[in-house]
Amino acid sequence: MKDNALSNILNQHDSKEQIDGQLYTLNLGPTHPATHGIFQNVLTMDGERILHAEQTVGYIHRAFEKISERRNFTQITTLTDRMNYCSAPINNIGWHLTVEKLLGCEIPKRVDYMRVIMMELARISDHLICNGVIAMDAGAITGLTYLFQERERIYEMYEEVCGARLTTNMGRIGGFERDFTPKFHELLKTFLKKFPVVWQDFCSLNERNRIFMDRTINAGPISAERALSYGFTGPNLRATGVDYDVRVAQPYCSYEDFDFIIPVGTSGDTYDRFMVRQQEVWESLKIIEQAYTNLPEGPFHADLPEFYLPEKADVYNNMEALIYHFKIVMAETEVPKGEVYSCVEGGNGELGFYLVSDGGRTPYRLHFRRPCFIYYQAYPEMIQGGLISDAIVTLCSMNVIAGELDA
Amino acid sequence: MTNDFVLEAITREFPESVISHDTPYDFLTLEIKKEDIKKVIHHLKDSSLQINFLTDICGIHYPETPEKEIGVIYHLHNMMTNFRIRLKTFMTRENAEVDSMTDLYAGANWMERETFDFYGIKFKGHPDLRVILNMEDLGYHPMLKEYRLEDGTRTDKDDKMFGR
Repeated sequence: MKDNALSNILNQHDSKEQIDGQLYTLNLGPTHPATHGIFQNVLTMDGERILHAEQTVGYIHRAFEKISERRNFTQITTLTDRMNYCSAPINNIGWHLTVEKLLGCEIPKRVDYMRVIMMELARISDHLICNGVIAMDAGAITGLTYLFQERERIYEMYEEVCGARLTTNMGRIGGFERDFTPKFHELLKTFLKKFPVVWQDFCSLNERNRIFMDRTINAGPISAERALSYGFTGPNLRATGVDYDVRVAQPYCSYEDFDFIIPVGTSGDTYDRFMVRQQEVWESLKIIEQAYTNLPEGPFHADLPEFYLPEKADVYNNMEALIYHFKIVMAETEVPKGEVYSCVEGGNGELGFYLVSDGGRTPYRLHFRRPCFIYYQAYPEMIQGGLISDAIVTLCSMNVIAGELDA
Repeated sequence: MTNDFVLEAITREFPESVISHDTPYDFLTLEIKKEDIKKVIHHLKDSSLQINFLTDICGIHYPETPEKEIGVIYHLHNMMTNFRIRLKTFMTRENAEVDSMTDLYAGANWMERETFDFYGIKFKGHPDLRVILNMEDLGYHPMLKEYRLEDGTRTDKDDKMFGR
């Protein structure tokens, strides 16, 4: 019924004129409180049932690809923060990996592990928001407020590493600006000890909750075939039963060293997407524990003086350091000619960077493969035939972030 | 699946269509004739190569080479073997039109709309080719290299000293 909702309704009536008076158009958005971002959906409704949906995007388009053509490679990190701002460190590190691939440099093992810890913390924080919001949109706000405390703990750790909380600008091309501080170690240890208890509470609150299950099972389903045809990746694809994860298929940052599984769903509905994220948080915790236990000693950045600001003391006393400092600040560092595609498993799926360099100081062309942009075009198909309350939880469960959608 | 194996399979099937090939950073990249791009992508999807996941479509502009000024770049993926391939096709500015992939991949719809929005490339057979991220009345395609990032009429900004 879902695919042919409109034609089924039409068939029940003798002519289109007859139903004209019964259908109405509803503007869901652009700034609707339940959509958590600027998305406009023009819905054709028959009572509470959605017959047809058409979405408009681009309300916060900020021309990141064009801006990138005028910025040097270091400065682009701040643009990537602002795409999926729920898990900014993953975007930052994804971008750094792209440039490092182009430079062909070697990254110390310690950097890899530090990056894994930060990226998995970011994934947890992303999933906390997403799952908390699904529960909230299904009528239970307690879970979200409860989880926000945990997100704060993660943000405190970001603050220790880079000084910022939301738009992190985490790390540098080649590694990190500074090593983990003693306070960070303390915060991480506390988090690893306390968070599982909270997460278990949240799981118990929702996973077998009758109301929650009634609201989410069969809401906004999509088949694996359609999901692949649309280009889905990440939790939304895994909820349909396809076990594709960039961390396993194409390991980066030494992900091959860690032992974790890829949770998958079966039906691709809202409940499955929720459950896949629930499980992924446990897996991320496992990864963090392994990475932290085995954190190697060594330098916290690669030997890339052309991209890495030297210590201030060196700048004052060492001629080479002064030259590199000048070159970095004045954006005079060039990268080799070439083109690369590099991707990471973002909070939402495969976040890709296609970079073409003409050997200059700025990218010749930079294209972001933004997973949210890919998902959102399937939204009308997923909500057609369902109720409007299903449309709200479906949008949340797809974790469409306006910043990444519009880039 | 190796780069050589896939390259040979494509050149054997479409000897006339492949203009050039390369493997920058170990990523097989082929330049395909504009008329044949859909044929090749269809073949990659349905043949035993199973390169059937469309990762990305985007445009590129090279104003210095008028006969290959506008390009469309396709990234495709075989998830089973984790094999990725990049296909490119180039065209002149006046004739910036290429076949749409919407009947092969549902996801191509918005990717092509975005490419049209930014570069003005028309996709033949696209069901709804409208701009997507920019305003409908913008009237030009802003990612083309002739449009500067900043407002060219401003005189209070001069960053030529910064090497940009």
